[in-house]
Amino acid sequence: MKKLFLLSLMLVMPLFAQTSVASAGVQLDNIQVDAEDKASLQRGMKTFVNYCLGCHTAQYQRYSRAAEDLHMPEKLVVEHLIFSDQKVGQQMTNAMDSKLAADWFGAPPPDLTNEVNLRGADWVYTYLRSFYVDDSRPYGVNNVVFPSVGMPNVMLELQGIQSMTCAQVPQHDAHGVAVIDSLTGKALTQESCDVLSVAEGTGSMNQAQFDATVYDLTNFMAYMSKPYKTDSQRIGMWAILFSLLLTVIFYFLKKEFWRDVH
Amino acid sequence: MAVGNPNRAKAESGIIRWIDDRFPLTQMWQDHMSKYYAAKNFNVWYVFGVLSLLVLVNQIITGIWLTMSYEPSAEGAFASIEYIMRDVEMGWIIRYMHSSGASAFFIVVYLHMFRGLMYGSYQKPRELIWLFGMAIYLALMAEGFFGYLLPWGQMSYWGAQVILSLAGAIPIVGEDLVQWVRGDFLISGITLNRFFSLHVIALPIVILALVVLHILALHDVGSSNPDGIEIDQDKDENGVPVDGVAFWPYHVIKDLVAVGVFLTVFCLVIFFFPEGGGYFIEKPNYEPANSLKTPEHIAPVWYFTPYYSMLRAITFPLFGLDAKFLGVITMGAAIAILFVMPWLDRSPVQSMRYKGWLSRIWLAIFVVSFVILGYLGTVAATEGRTMVAQLCTALYFAYFLLMPFYTRMEATKPVPARVV
Repeated sequence: MKKLFLLSLMLVMPLFAQTSVASAGVQLDNIQVDAEDKASLQRGMKTFVNYCLGCHTAQYQRYSRAAEDLHMPEKLVVEHLIFSDQKVGQQMTNAMDSKLAADWFGAPPPDLTNEVNLRGADWVYTYLRSFYVDDSRPYGVNNVVFPSVGMPNVMLELQGIQSMTCAQVPQHDAHGVAVIDSLTGKALTQESCDVLSVAEGTGSMNQAQFDATVYDLTNFMAYMSKPYKTDSQRIGMWAILFSLLLTVIFYFLKKEFWRDVH
Repeated sequence: MAVGNPNRAKAESGIIRWIDDRFPLTQMWQDHMSKYYAAKNFNVWYVFGVLSLLVLVNQIITGIWLTMSYEPSAEGAFASIEYIMRDVEMGWIIRYMHSSGASAFFIVVYLHMFRGLMYGSYQKPRELIWLFGMAIYLALMAEGFFGYLLPWGQMSYWGAQVILSLAGAIPIVGEDLVQWVRGDFLISGITLNRFFSLHVIALPIVILALVVLHILALHDVGSSNPDGIEIDQDKDENGVPVDGVAFWPYHVIKDLVAVGVFLTVFCLVIFFFPEGGGYFIEKPNYEPANSLKTPEHIAPVWYFTPYYSMLRAITFPLFGLDAKFLGVITMGAAIAILFVMPWLDRSPVQSMRYKGWLSRIWLAIFVVSFVILGYLGTVAATEGRTMVAQLCTALYFAYFLLMPFYTRMEATKPVPARVV
């Protein structure tokens, strides 16, 4: 029976193999969010309140909770991160009328508290860096990850003007491995016209700085999506250790009791 | 004045004696625990009943606490879940225990049912235990379905929309029936409120009552075992089955080991993988329900997907019935056929250990088909996948419908007189 069961499992497993790509079929850039990197989270929150909160909300996230979790004194949060007359115990909302916003952008800007839960950190990180010039769109930009999105490129002043250009890119085979020329040993390239490039000097940051800023922002949004994550991992370790200890105790108890059975 | 059984067991003295004179406490303790004998050769497959009970208790307790902060209204439901996750002290643990608990419930129940199929636990005289168990399974599916709407996320809403609309395929009364269940022309706050009521009151009562019946029936005829031998055929001078051991303390302590292992895995899930890779909590459910925006891909929760696959597998009309209605009938039949299991198995032996190769192969085919159907139900249908689903649906039914023949045809092994 056991063999049959294992065999059935083995037959079925390959069906579960899946790869992760965005719905538009774009390869997403992979990042590792880090809820312990409080400095990154603080910088991310600063970017969030400056560049996102004007239109978007984080209606389930309280300023005070962020202050506590990100190790910031509430006084500093009130001074530097709350621009409206909101209290520190309130949720991060804005004064935008969602009906008007729907007229301006085609759809009201979604609440962002759960954005990373909904789409994943890789998606947010890639999306925010994938705006490019497209004069056919109302705000002059389009997005590779989210085609025809209604959102303007709000961080344009930081990133600079990014457009779609043609360039030589490394070739990859069907498994995503770089193709090497067997004669020269060099990586083969091919012409691609889907290459995003930023016009130098048009933004206040270079590419590395901008990527780091978007990483911090994404990291903060990932924190917001699961503010209990660090607690969960800390408590979880103890809970698992406790259950394991219980199991060991129960096991020896069982052995002791069952000695008189056989 | 002696009321009740005058010969019932009573404590010698003290407060227990005082109770025993008024209530059969000691007698019940003996009947169900200290003098309830079950075979000593239970293997790992026999722990899932106890684990189901554990998860049931978990669901009820966490459910009570969730209800304290949940708001059953279209306007407030989604926000109240976020409130539980973020503002209620330890609310996220309680909610994850409940949401992961729902999936855990189906995992242990499916394994429990598989044990029954493998060792013939449904055979005479345990048909009623099986029927009560199947009724629990049915009530559990209803409970899961109603509960899944409550977070009022996109997948909650559209999942319920898809499943409810199935009833609309019933000729003549279908559409009216769906409207009656919804209480509205589309799924709305009214639907949410009635689902809430059914989820927190009606079905838990039904499930608890059925669990009591399931266990009472079990304790009346006694547990089966992996050998399928009745242990009370062999009793010692005190009337104790020689191959049995008392439920208390032996089986209880054995089960506690399983409880420990289960809790370890359960903690791993709720603290580190609470979304179960998108199967326990689906991503679109982080967006509030929106009746104007259909998600890209709608799939029911994983524990319904085998049946959902069967529904989608029926793509052709037959006997003047349209494909959708036939699909609904197929889905219903797939569950209904499980109920008559005790009367399909004509084998002279109970356990798979002594049945022939045909039974083993068919059980394996059944499990593989069920798992493949489950997977296919989570992904979008393509032509190839639909064909696989059709094949698996046919095999699923063949396992049951051919059972009266292959269980009688095959050569069985001799059953030993005592448990091994």
